[in-house]
Amino acid sequence: MTQAPQTSGLAIEATGLTKRFGEVEALRGVDLRVEPGTVLGVLGPNGAGKTTTVRILTTLMQPDQGTARVAGLDVVRDAEQLRHKIGLAGQYAAVDENLSGAENLTMVGRLYGNKRGPAKKRARELLDRFRLDEAGDRLVRTYSGGMRRRLDLAAALVAAPPVLFLDEPTTGLDPRSRLNLWETIEELVGGGTTVLLTTQYLDEADRLADNIAVIDHGTVIAEGTADQLKGRVGGDRLDVTFADPAHASTAVDVLASLSSERPVASGDTVHVVMAETHGAITRAVRALDAQGLEADDLVVRRPTLDDVFLTLTGRATDTGDGKEGDKTDDQARQEVAA
Amino acid sequence: MSRLVSDTLTMAERNIIRLPRQPDMLLGFTVQPIMFVLLFAYVFGGAIDTPGMSYIDFLIPGIIVQSIAFGGFATALGLCEDLGKGLIDRFRSLPTARASVLAGRAIADIATNTLSIVILLITGLIIGFSFQTGIGDVLAGILLLLFFGFASSFVFALIGMTASTPEAANGIGFTLIFPITFISSAFVPIESMPDVLQAVADANPVTHVVDAVRHFWLGTPAGDAIWASLVWTVALIAIFAPLAVRKYRSAAAR
Ligand SMILES: Nc1ncnc2c1ncn2[C@@H]1O[C@H](COP(=O)(O)OP(=O)(O)OP(=O)(O)O)[C@@H](O)[C@H]1O
Ligand SMILES: [Mg+2]
Repeated sequence: MTQAPQTSGLAIEATGLTKRFGEVEALRGVDLRVEPGTVLGVLGPNGAGKTTTVRILTTLMQPDQGTARVAGLDVVRDAEQLRHKIGLAGQYAAVDENLSGAENLTMVGRLYGNKRGPAKKRARELLDRFRLDEAGDRLVRTYSGGMRRRLDLAAALVAAPPVLFLDEPTTGLDPRSRLNLWETIEELVGGGTTVLLTTQYLDEADRLADNIAVIDHGTVIAEGTADQLKGRVGGDRLDVTFADPAHASTAVDVLASLSSERPVASGDTVHVVMAETHGAITRAVRALDAQGLEADDLVVRRPTLDDVFLTLTGRATDTGDGKEGDKTDDQARQEVAA
Repeated sequence: MSRLVSDTLTMAERNIIRLPRQPDMLLGFTVQPIMFVLLFAYVFGGAIDTPGMSYIDFLIPGIIVQSIAFGGFATALGLCEDLGKGLIDRFRSLPTARASVLAGRAIADIATNTLSIVILLITGLIIGFSFQTGIGDVLAGILLLLFFGFASSFVFALIGMTASTPEAANGIGFTLIFPITFISSAFVPIESMPDVLQAVADANPVTHVVDAVRHFWLGTPAGDAIWASLVWTVALIAIFAPLAVRKYRSAAAR
C-alpha cells in the first residue's frame, strides 16, 4: 500500500498476455486498457480466450508472457494485495449448495476479512438487491439456475471492489433478471467501479460497455466503442423478405446496384449493405416491382454488433451470411436447376 | 497469522454447518460405524478368539481406529466437489490465507472424528465394552486417535484433489483404506493370520495405533506401539501435507 505504484492511471492494463495449455495457444498476446469507472465488454466466440484472460487478471492463473496491472497492482507480483481490490463472478456460479444464500455471502465477507456482524449485514443488503431476500435462508441447492447466478454475482460485490470481473454474467438469466443486473452494473459504474465483462450477447455489450474488445483466437482483433465498431462494417442494412425463397435469390441480382458489396440471400431474406441510405427504399421497391418480385417485408436498420461480430470473426460463412456461403448457395441452386 | 486462523475457522465452520445438511454423509459418520460394531461383535465375535479379553473389548479400539482412518472422507469428497464447482476459484480470488482451505477441512474432520468416537464409545459401552484404565489414559487414547485422524485428512485431501469425480474419490478411498485397516490388529489378533499377512500387519501403522489405544483403554502392554504410532502419524503429516498443498496449488491453478 505504501509503495507508489507506477500507475498509468488505468484501472486495467494488460500488455502482450500469452498463455499456452499444452498444444493449445489460448492467448497469443492480449492487450487491454480500461479507464477507471468505465465498462469494457469483451466479446468473442467460444474458445476465444475470454475466460483465460479473466483468470489471469484475477490472479487465478499466471500468464506465460506479458504483464498486467489491475488497480495499479501487478497481477503476479502484487497478487495478494490485488485480491482486496477485485470481485469475480466466474463463468459458472461458484456457490456452496449446502449453505443458504445468506451463509454463502457471509462466508465470502468473512474471507475478505470482515467481522461476522458487518458480514451478515452486507449479506442481507446484497440479497435484497438481487431479489433473493425471500430465498436468503434457503439452501442454495433448492435455488434455480438463475438464482444461483444472481447469488454468485452478489458474492462478487461483497467487498464493493473497485474493479469487477464478470465472466458471462447474464448467461442463464431471465429477461427481467438481466435487466436488473444491467441496472446494477450501471449503478456501480456510476459510483466509480470499473467493470470488465465478457459476453456472448451483443445487445448487452451495446448497452453496458463504454468500450468493446473483440477477441478471437487469443488476440484482440478489434477495439473501440460500439459505434466505432459498427462504423467498421459499413452502412445501414436493408433486409427484404419474400414469400417465395426463389424470389429471394433472384432479388440478389436486382438489388446489387444498391451496394458496393454483393447482397446475400439467406432463406427467404436478402441482406443488403447499402452504399447510400438516402432514397434507397424507393429505388429498391422500384427495382423489385420492375421484375415482378413481391416483397413481404422491408426493413432498414443500423448495423448491429452481431454484424460486427460476424464480420470480424469470420463466422459469417457458417450462417450463409458471407460471400463464400452465398457462392455455394448459388452453386447448389444451379446444380438443382441442371 | 491471525488471518490464517480466522480464515481457517471460517472454512471449518462452513464445512461443519454443511454436514447435517448432507444426511447421507452424516450416515457415514454415525450409523455406518455402529453397524460395523454390531456386525463384528455378533457375526464374527463368536468365531474370533481373543486371549485375555472379551471380543467386544478387543474390537472397540480397533473399529474406532478404522473409522478414524476413514475420517478424512469428507475432506476428499468436499475438495473434489469444490474444485469441480469452481468454489476453489472463488476462494483463491479472495484475499484469503492460502492454507485455510485445507486447514479448514482438517479441522472440520477433527469435529466429525470426535463425533464418531463418542458415538462408537457409547455403542461399545452399551454392548459391554469397559475401560480398564483411568480417565487420563482414556483421554490420551482419544487424543492419539484425533492426531492420527488429522494425518488421515491430508491423505484424503490428496485423494480428493487427484480424483476426477467424488465417486472416484470414494472408490480410491475404499480400495486403499479397507485392506490397510483389515490387515492389522484392528479386528483379529495378528497371530491368527498367515505369515505373510502377519509381516504386513506388523509393519502397518494402523496396528501400532490400535495397540496404543488398547494400551490406553484396556491397560494391555504398550510395547513400542505408542512411539511407533506417533512417529507414523508425524511422518504421514510430513509426507502428505506438503503433497496435498502442492496438489492444491496446481489443481487450483488449472
Ligand atoms: N485448463 C485448460 N487446459 C487446456 N486447455 C484450456 C484450459 N483452459 C482453457 N483452455 C483452452 O484455451 C482456449 C481458450 O479458452 P477460454 O476458456 O479462455 O475461452 P472462452 O473465450 O472463455 O470460451 P467460452 O465462450 O466457451 O467460455 C480454448 O481452446 C480452451 O480449450
Ligand atoms: Mg469462457
